[in-house]
Amino acid sequence: MAATESGVRERPTRSVAPPPAGLARWRRRYARRSPGEPRAIGYLYILPAVAVFVALVVVPFCQSVWYSLFDWDGLSVATWVGLGNYRSMATDPTLRAPFLHALTLLIFYALLPILIGLLLAATLTRVRVRGLTFFRVMLFLPQVLAMVVVALAFDFIYAPDGLLNTVLGWVGLGGLSRAWLGDFHLALPAVGLAGTWVGFGLCMVLFLAGAQSIPRELFEAARLDGAGAWQEFRAITLPALRPQIAVAATLTIVAGLRNFDLIYLTTSGGPGNSTAVPAYEVYHRAFETSQVGYGAAVGIALTVLVFVLTLVASRLIEGRRG
Amino acid sequence: MITSARERFITYAILLVFVIVALVPVWEIVATALSSSSAVNTGVPIPDGIHLHNFVDAWNRGHFGSYLRSSAIVAVTVVVAAGVFSTLAAYAFGTMRFPGSTVLFYLFLLGLTVPEEALVIPLYYDLRGLSLTDTYWALILPQTAQSVAFGTFWMRTYFRNSSRSLIEAARMDGASSWGVLWRVLAPAGSPAITTMVVVTFMWTWNEFLLALVMVSSDSRRTVPLGLAFFQGAHSSDVSLLAAGAVLVALPVVLVYLFFQRRFIEGMLTGAVKE
Repeated sequence: MAATESGVRERPTRSVAPPPAGLARWRRRYARRSPGEPRAIGYLYILPAVAVFVALVVVPFCQSVWYSLFDWDGLSVATWVGLGNYRSMATDPTLRAPFLHALTLLIFYALLPILIGLLLAATLTRVRVRGLTFFRVMLFLPQVLAMVVVALAFDFIYAPDGLLNTVLGWVGLGGLSRAWLGDFHLALPAVGLAGTWVGFGLCMVLFLAGAQSIPRELFEAARLDGAGAWQEFRAITLPALRPQIAVAATLTIVAGLRNFDLIYLTTSGGPGNSTAVPAYEVYHRAFETSQVGYGAAVGIALTVLVFVLTLVASRLIEGRRG
Repeated sequence: MITSARERFITYAILLVFVIVALVPVWEIVATALSSSSAVNTGVPIPDGIHLHNFVDAWNRGHFGSYLRSSAIVAVTVVVAAGVFSTLAAYAFGTMRFPGSTVLFYLFLLGLTVPEEALVIPLYYDLRGLSLTDTYWALILPQTAQSVAFGTFWMRTYFRNSSRSLIEAARMDGASSWGVLWRVLAPAGSPAITTMVVVTFMWTWNEFLLALVMVSSDSRRTVPLGLAFFQGAHSSDVSLLAAGAVLVALPVVLVYLFFQRRFIEGMLTGAVKE
């Protein structure tokens, strides 16, 4: 940091006193590369951003790691437990359940939207669509709505006298109707489908852009060779869309694992703890049941999960290309 | 390419089905918000006329006027602060060389993927220690920091691709690095800046967890939090709730409809790593 300050103070061209040896070496390395360009002043430009980022992201993250090593109720003296919180997270089935729920939800949050998006992309490569902007804007709309609003809409839809049960009644399946979000087995998929609704438009928009930029000649050649729709999709569309699929997977997995709002607002983890997910557990433990250390540990485990899953997903999808 | 009429029909039919799927929950909210309270409770909401008094009620009785004010204060401050900080930082990362720049930039990139849940507990205790909980600062400061990660990442791409010769010509004319940024690069980069602004605005406006943790007094609640509390207190007053939801969503939706290309572009690039 000392080097930073002196570097900023003396602009390289105007220094009078000979700089200390370390600084001179530093200057030789960096000043020579691009003459006429500001260099050390770069630190001044990044200072505000780095300052807020370090103070409010990096430091709290490290604190979270620290907190996670304690048993602490937020008030009294904390007890060091080392990796104890993580150990119970891995071994106790009730504590492990939220992570399994989150992975199940990824089927709805990530896999289904990507499959729906691909279905659309597959049909679209054969036809030049007019009014694409209109479709894009409408399909992407769920992405910009606050989760509070989404949660309320699905609360209405899943209510005992709501839209879903009414429609089931119309088609003669009234026997299936129930309070969807109160059902031990069906609450999780019900919330998951709300997540599917949020995510599918994003995937479609991504794949639409990708599919429409595949050269038409490829399809014409495939058709001359007598390829059907499915072969065309496997041989041309799917490989061409790999980068977009990787992006979609990253975005939906990250969003899916971070889904605190939707769970908190629709089911609060219930009934029982059948829809509890890590993002919800962080809040619930730290701010509702005074298990601050354990809450922090769940937050850190969630971060690791996000990193690992996004990395694995993009490797799996993009890696095969090479 | 020759496509049969049948193929065309199927394509548009599939598109249309999914547009309807995307719009049903939205319709559910809008229609309920427009209905009189007695007309809801049927499974399929079809408004019995247009009852705008629900919005008036939400505004007054539901305190949505006050919530919207809080949200506007927080969102505008975050957008401006994060926008300026990100532009400055991205300018340095994109056009200058200095030791440590790569490492620092990758640190920002990691910040894009760290979920808020991993930060919110220490943030609460830290800000409480500074007596900042239950103030707007408790919402503004963390969200500025989180938005700076995206903003810097996004704007750096623009500065990297901006023309070298333009920068050098401006510097030959005696412009300082500050002048190059604000008189040459920033005006030319207004599309990129617009994208950053609208996306940051949406994320800040829709933020829920942070507000839930940090804010306790009613007057400082932002709209999403206000709606959640209102739902807890008046869960039976469905059309009032729906009207509140429309008030939460409307500002973002309007900005979205106006800047849809920038919006979609920005959100799809948000999590893309290099």
